[in-house]
Amino acid sequence: MYRYDDYDQTLVNERVEQFRDQVNRRVAGELSDDEFKPLRLTNGLYLQLHAYMLRIAVPYGTLSTLQLRKLAEIARRYDKGYGHFTTRQNLQFNWIRLEDTPDILAELATVEMHAIQTSGNCIRNVTADHFAGVAGDEIEDPRIYCEIIRQWSTFHPEFSFLPRKFKIAVTGSPHDRAAVKVHDIGLRMHRNEAGEIGFEVLVGGGQGRTPVIAKTIRPFLPKRHLLSYLEAILRIYNQLGRRDNLYKARIKILVDSVGADRFTQLVEEEWQQIRDGYLDLPAAEIERIRGFFAPPPYRTLDAHVPEYEGALRRDLRFARWVRTNVTPHKRRGYAIVTLSLKPTGGIPGDATDAQMDAIADLADRYGFGEVRVSHEQNLVLPDVAQADLYELWKQLETLELATPNIGLAGDIIACPGLDYCALANARSIPVAQQISRHFSDLTKLLDIGELKIKISGCINACGHHHVGHIGILGVDKHGSEFYQITLGGSADENASIGDIVGPSFGAAEVVDAVETIIDTYLHVRADGERFLDTYRRVGLKPFKEKLYAAH
Amino acid sequence: MPLIRATGAVDDPWRFVQDEEPLPEAGAVIVTLARWQANRDQLTARPTPLGLRLKSDQPPSLIAGDIERFDIIALEFPKFTNGRAYSSARLLRERYGFRGELRAVGNVLRDQLAFMRRCGFDSFEIPPQVDAAAWLSSLGGISVVYQPATDERASVLTLRHGTPKGQGRGDARAHSRDPVAPTPSSPTRVG
Amino acid sequence: MALQVVTANRLGDGRVVFLADGYRWVEEIGLARVGETEEAATALLAIAEKAAADRIIVAPYLIGVSTDGDRITPTRYREVLRARGPSSHPEFGRPPSATAAAHR
Repeated sequence: MYRYDDYDQTLVNERVEQFRDQVNRRVAGELSDDEFKPLRLTNGLYLQLHAYMLRIAVPYGTLSTLQLRKLAEIARRYDKGYGHFTTRQNLQFNWIRLEDTPDILAELATVEMHAIQTSGNCIRNVTADHFAGVAGDEIEDPRIYCEIIRQWSTFHPEFSFLPRKFKIAVTGSPHDRAAVKVHDIGLRMHRNEAGEIGFEVLVGGGQGRTPVIAKTIRPFLPKRHLLSYLEAILRIYNQLGRRDNLYKARIKILVDSVGADRFTQLVEEEWQQIRDGYLDLPAAEIERIRGFFAPPPYRTLDAHVPEYEGALRRDLRFARWVRTNVTPHKRRGYAIVTLSLKPTGGIPGDATDAQMDAIADLADRYGFGEVRVSHEQNLVLPDVAQADLYELWKQLETLELATPNIGLAGDIIACPGLDYCALANARSIPVAQQISRHFSDLTKLLDIGELKIKISGCINACGHHHVGHIGILGVDKHGSEFYQITLGGSADENASIGDIVGPSFGAAEVVDAVETIIDTYLHVRADGERFLDTYRRVGLKPFKEKLYAAH
Repeated sequence: MPLIRATGAVDDPWRFVQDEEPLPEAGAVIVTLARWQANRDQLTARPTPLGLRLKSDQPPSLIAGDIERFDIIALEFPKFTNGRAYSSARLLRERYGFRGELRAVGNVLRDQLAFMRRCGFDSFEIPPQVDAAAWLSSLGGISVVYQPATDERASVLTLRHGTPKGQGRGDARAHSRDPVAPTPSSPTRVG
Repeated sequence: MALQVVTANRLGDGRVVFLADGYRWVEEIGLARVGETEEAATALLAIAEKAAADRIIVAPYLIGVSTDGDRITPTRYREVLRARGPSSHPEFGRPPSATAAAHR
């Protein structure tokens, strides 16, 4: 993975001292709260319901074990012994003191980490496929370009006061695990007819108040033009994005209001002025960064792994875990392991400091010292030899990280919701816990099959409910928590926004509603048809009828 | 309003004339775009230097053909959160070749000065009673810049690979000269 | 008539606090000063604004509460969560306090 050189390290070190000074000025009264707020936001520090929340950047979801151990240490020393992995591959600590933040950032800087631009109206963490570098269908490792974009966007002097936040995602595979179509800018790597690799550029996707699927504004962009093209897009957005209404300020609103064609034209006109100039991406920099993402020293392994195959036959629980939580690796004899942070009845995406330390040990022992964070709030060990899977699984079980539910109804994505978040209208965690407990029968879960349930506590959609197969949105109705259900959303290359089924459900009814939806699916599905495909075939009607039959 | 440049606090030789105010016969004045468009002949006939003040929703393209007329362009930040003028500044410098003084006015915060300067601003209108020296110290906060911008600072790309392409405009045209030296185009320009 | 208390977050550690007697800020809502009239509530908020200017707390505001003997309970569920702690982590919570202090 990427390692800082002196320039990178100097920047984060100086940033820590700059923020320390800003905190001191705030405490001394030289900065008002209004003036301090944007400064603390661009260092990822929110004031939430119970305390300050610190959002630490995990660039493109990749962590070294050294970094993971440092996060565990911070959880222990400065928080309440746990952290929350988010839908943008970052980590959040919920119980942070402002006074400690400069020291925390200083600690992070020692392991090449930071909280820069994880909030604020600027370019945020650039996210990627959590299977980058190891997926069989990958064209090129997207993280190379995520790192390039990360640097270009850090303290960009022109784009630090955008109309609103800006999120970029990159996929290097045709199967999009990075949800590029619901980002402000999505980049899909692919080959043109000449066999060259470049980017399809999509703009104006997003969730929140007005969910939109991104539009392609350039089918193929050669790599050397990456930064100049992004600069053109951001410049158009910075100039023309709305400044009068926070809820209408994302780039998706701009693209929608001027139309995709006109927007494309504006970008292309600007780009013609700045292309082939000082923003040309030097091939030398691409190669320099590519070197950090070179394959680790894989052993040459046989396709036939007797200890693994034997364990599959002997131990049905192991076999069940492999079926859901293990994904084929592009290298023979290896596997990709997803650690479920969704134990039955647990809080989705949370991990204790003890778990983080243990995972780091496992990544060192059964991998090459690297861990990934997925936007579905799970962790990944990307390079496990198949021969080690059985031993690994046993240890994961003792750590409660082996619930065999990845991609199933128990693998719920949920934002922190009203339990933690000052923006929320309703709680999301208890709903996730109830659904999880209700569908704890693993045989039943497997029978239901692939089902992505995503829960947001408010319209900001941090739980990505719009792209859930079943999406649940918490709302406040006359002072009580109600939940609106959507169906048929998807975040992959066939992205779609979920359809609202009808009136919302009270907190006591929502689990039954989900049960009714699943029963309806089981009743009408064709053989082997997954939920999303059934929904796309039969539409809203059967579900709506069953849900509101009593009314 | 107090004024600072990278070199320190300076006196302001310019006077901003509101639209309702009568135009003085002489003296360095800054006028709004509306005034420029309405009184163009009268303004160009004056013997003294002329400046323009643009609102955040008035893009530089509106005055592209008249850049040479102005010794100073003031760009408004109506709220510090409104960052449009960062783009306007860069375009004025890099697209339209503006070589006069570029001034940030309005809701300007200390922690924005470094960004503004990188976009080509020379001078900054700051609130009264602030410590100008403390404000200016913010300019040096981060010594490393990842990306090329309008200014002459070498980006990390350049430092790593030595390519001149990674170096912004790479010259001092990013900023107008300090007030002591009069520019050839307007010998009567006030220091 | 609406009873109100002032709540805010402490600047240094961000913790939820309530304005209590003697200009103190406490984490126990049961110790909060209750404004029983609109004027009383406004006066409490003014005290809080001064505390914000003095950098003790940030973003103070009034919340509606009901009292039941010594217990003070916010009207809005969001404020109940702020006062008690997250429902998802009861181990981090604060039980409602037994001591109330009402003021006109």
